[in-house]
Amino acid sequence: MIQREEAPASSAVPRRRGRAIVITSGKGGVGKTTTTANTGAALAATGAKVVLVDADVGLRNLDIVMGLEARVRYHVLDVLEGAATLDDALVTDKRVPALRLLAAAQTREKDDVDTNAFRDLIGSLRERFDYVLIDCPAGIEKGFANAIAGADEAIIVCTPEVSAVRDADRVVGLLGDERSVKLIVNRLRPALVRRGKMLSVDDVNAILRLPLLGVITDAPDVIISTNRGEPVALDAASPVGASYREIAQRIIGTLTTPPVVPHDKSFIEKLFGSRK
Amino acid sequence: MFEFIQRFFGKPTSSATAKERLRLVLLSDHLSLAPDVVEALKHDLIEVISRYVDVDASNCDVTFEQREKQVAMLANIPILGMRARPKPPAPPPPSPPSAQAVTEPTAAAAGGGRKKPVRKRRRKALSTNTAPQAT
Repeated sequence: MIQREEAPASSAVPRRRGRAIVITSGKGGVGKTTTTANTGAALAATGAKVVLVDADVGLRNLDIVMGLEARVRYHVLDVLEGAATLDDALVTDKRVPALRLLAAAQTREKDDVDTNAFRDLIGSLRERFDYVLIDCPAGIEKGFANAIAGADEAIIVCTPEVSAVRDADRVVGLLGDERSVKLIVNRLRPALVRRGKMLSVDDVNAILRLPLLGVITDAPDVIISTNRGEPVALDAASPVGASYREIAQRIIGTLTTPPVVPHDKSFIEKLFGSRK
Repeated sequence: MFEFIQRFFGKPTSSATAKERLRLVLLSDHLSLAPDVVEALKHDLIEVISRYVDVDASNCDVTFEQREKQVAMLANIPILGMRARPKPPAPPPPSPPSAQAVTEPTAAAAGGGRKKPVRKRRRKALSTNTAPQAT
């Protein structure tokens, strides 16, 4: 059922290959799953065929954030073990028809997943989708190894905290040189940055030195939309949603300008009305 | 406004503290060297150099710094004077005692650090930049 992704060099028929991007961070709780859901939704909203793969076996959450928990019938391990076909297991999104979800197994463990089989699964998904986004579990153990195996691109999600930056730095090292690695700084609070109470995007990236894909502010919209199981990226009125849509455009390549780092106006700027 | 006053009186902001903590923790992560190892390295370094020149051991300073793609070791070792070498390994360079004795920053790749796979862009290279001080 699952074919090896590496087509022989002599193969006459050029295979369609989507991009496999792993969303990872090392540290837990920095917003990998939210980033996966929203980036995926924003990509699919442009018409691209997107599948989100939850690689966090044992702690399935992506379906919840997507609001698709009631539709999940089969999971990754069912597919890997032949208990279900890929078509049976792929859940179609409620709002964006081009978006699919492959849920993780909740009652299994990461060690139950064979890394090579998972890599092959990603390979076969790349033949059917334009973008395969893999939601990586926290940590750098087996679950991490599985999640990155089939991906040749990575997005690092990092919050402006010492621990998150340290872990991100470690993960960048583990990803190796052969993968393209980009950065999303999540949960930035511009008012705190201005007052010298939070690391800035520049502070974070002075350490990580990665191409910046986007900056997401710590906004209530994200919490509210997650409560409802509706990706904020699909909310046309939300500024954070707009940030995710820009991230999608940068991934596709239709937006080449670097992200504008949200800036909190100082007292003086507010007084005189900055025109920026 | 209170923060402004705090900054005015030189109390570092918490983000500045975070930045410094991050710098130090990553330094030790990348080098995989515990602080006592750094201290031992400094001791041995001074010992080797003092075989050739008289150094001011009490005023030696060995620090590490994150450079563009590597960690650099900076050693500032004041030289008090030249020492008559017992067995010169090569003909001694005709340099006056006050001239710079060891100036070439030599970059030697040092292994260790991150576990596999080793990332090229952050491989640790120890570049010894010994800036002697004229006596």
